[in-house]
Amino acid sequence: MTVETGVVTTVVPQDTELIQLLTPEGERTGHPDYPLDDVDLKGLYRDMVLVRRIDTEAISLQRQGELGIWASLLGQEAAQIGSGRALSPKDMAFPTYREHGVAWCRGVDPVKLLELYRGVSHGGWNPEEHKFQLYTIVIGAQTLHATGYAMGIQRDGADDEAVIVYFGDGATSQGDVNEAFIWASVFNAPVVFFCQNNQWAISEPLERQSRIPLYQRARGFGFPGVRVDGNDVLACYAVTRKALRAAREGQGPTLIEAFTYRMGAHTTTDDPTRYRLASELETWKLRDPIERVKSYLIRSGQAEPSFFDEIDAEAKRVGGRVREACRTMPDPAPMALFDHVYAGQNRILAGERQRYAEYLDSFGEGAGR
Amino acid sequence: MTKLTLSRGLNEGLRRALEADPKVLIMGEDVGKLGGVFRVTDGLQKDFGEHRVVDTPLAESGIVGTAIGLALRGYRPVCEIQFDGFVFPATDQIVSQLAKMRYRSRGQVSLPVVIRIPFGGGIGAVEHHSESPEVFFAHTAGLRVVACADAAEAFTMIQQAIASDDPVIFFEPKRRYWDKAEVDTAAGPDSAPPLEAARVVLPGDDVTLLTYGPLVRTCSEAALAARTEGRSIEVIDLRSLSPLDMDTITGSVSRTGRCVVAHEAPVYAGLGAEIAARITEQCFYHLEAPVLRVGGFATPYPPSRLEEHFLPDLDRVLDAVDRTFAY
Repeated sequence: MTVETGVVTTVVPQDTELIQLLTPEGERTGHPDYPLDDVDLKGLYRDMVLVRRIDTEAISLQRQGELGIWASLLGQEAAQIGSGRALSPKDMAFPTYREHGVAWCRGVDPVKLLELYRGVSHGGWNPEEHKFQLYTIVIGAQTLHATGYAMGIQRDGADDEAVIVYFGDGATSQGDVNEAFIWASVFNAPVVFFCQNNQWAISEPLERQSRIPLYQRARGFGFPGVRVDGNDVLACYAVTRKALRAAREGQGPTLIEAFTYRMGAHTTTDDPTRYRLASELETWKLRDPIERVKSYLIRSGQAEPSFFDEIDAEAKRVGGRVREACRTMPDPAPMALFDHVYAGQNRILAGERQRYAEYLDSFGEGAGR
Repeated sequence: MTKLTLSRGLNEGLRRALEADPKVLIMGEDVGKLGGVFRVTDGLQKDFGEHRVVDTPLAESGIVGTAIGLALRGYRPVCEIQFDGFVFPATDQIVSQLAKMRYRSRGQVSLPVVIRIPFGGGIGAVEHHSESPEVFFAHTAGLRVVACADAAEAFTMIQQAIASDDPVIFFEPKRRYWDKAEVDTAAGPDSAPPLEAARVVLPGDDVTLLTYGPLVRTCSEAALAARTEGRSIEVIDLRSLSPLDMDTITGSVSRTGRCVVAHEAPVYAGLGAEIAARITEQCFYHLEAPVLRVGGFATPYPPSRLEEHFLPDLDRVLDAVDRTFAY
């Protein structure tokens, strides 16, 4: 299948190289390497609907001036929920700044994500508590952190833990990502490289990053690469679960390319109409990650209409809570800007802190602090 | 007390740290079998194994980036950057990740990573092997930046740096690696002054000479030479470049009324500028002369046949000292 775009032609991969367990029409297909019999598909559906709702709320909050910016995950719900739910409680995840669905799977309160985009903090959750590291904004830097963490797992002799690291198609051009591939390969580190190829790095199409399918890059580094339908939550779940299991068993890294599409803008500051055609979006809407699950659940008789009504009502409640929590979120106290720069003492910084406190106090009691 | 080279002092300090804490790791290019190009890690892989003394692939960003990941896992990695000029590929990981993680996490994440960097010139090397990049890191909040000057200092300071819960950029004066000094290897790092304290190397009354790293020896020799001419120079080894120990600095300058700062790095926007500004603010009424700086020129590091002109030597240091008495 060929999709015409403004400047390039995106070739949607042949079925032979794309792992798919649920077609865009909502038909279940099997794959001998990825048997699935124990998956909670209704739970995955719920996750995807809720994170899409949170995402929609966040975009609205940005439009209303409550958030400075937001990076939407619209269209990537299956890739994130499928892979996120494949993690065991002990596995560690390293996200970019768009992994709201994975954050949801790791139990991070969505309000904590909004803190970052509102400008209240650079990341407010405890990474160890959630086994979910802080968002990384510099493209690809976290792939090395993940690989190092995986080397730590090896040194601890922990054979029940693995690491997953998220990045995008644009990041595959970064030196750090390629260095991470090399490190993981030569040290056989238990890390899964989960690349969400959403076709666009802001305005640059995949063709500007690679001449070969991204998953094939792994071969040159000496470990397996696999391409999965990134809009198929079942396939993302199954492929990630298998790769994590291989990592825990000492078989080293895997590169997963989740072939998906960024249905929204790069962030709320972006205008994709400047660089891609509306028809491309329309084509991808037919492969919506949520709709195909709904079709299958209805067709297979696994869910009654009341199930979907309940999820929609829950989404509304979650959205309302997130909206309210964002609007009432207080700004940090001015002096908080000096906190947590160093573990030990630093008298230069302490002097600046003291002088700024005195300056604020010069405006009168409670003027600034 | 044992007489050790600076390289050996570091080696003994690293050995103590590896023995004291099983979470301490050493990683870098050629640090294993070879023992590092300056032999600082000599014999450590043999004694502590390949899992703790790790020969890494040849990529500096990878070294620091994976060290951050290991630190997130609870390890205390000590990275070796083979030469000063090769640290720049790791700049993003150091400046944007390592330095900022504690702040980003609101104190929930510590990254106790040490990055050892041989720095400075004077060894007749090719380009990129003689640089003094300390100010890039001193300018970055979240990092501690230190420089050792002799074997005894190296032995304790490297242990203190590894024990620090903050990331430390640890500069080693490469042309002094083979200088010998008495080292008390039985003393623990806690008995030494804290990492952020400056140290008076030679006391004096007429002028304060501030320096660090390879120029501590140069400045000490200059002070001894000046003494024969009746001029009393107080030489202070800053040791900590970020944060600066301003109490020790202002205590001395308030007494002498004159100050010269010497470093190999270019004078322009160098550490001396920061020090001079702070002394002006804090010792204004004690000063008999402006703070003068002596250091490298605003050129790239020159070919080695020219480096004697670039590097401040005894005469250029004393010339600066003389000029402070011209006011």
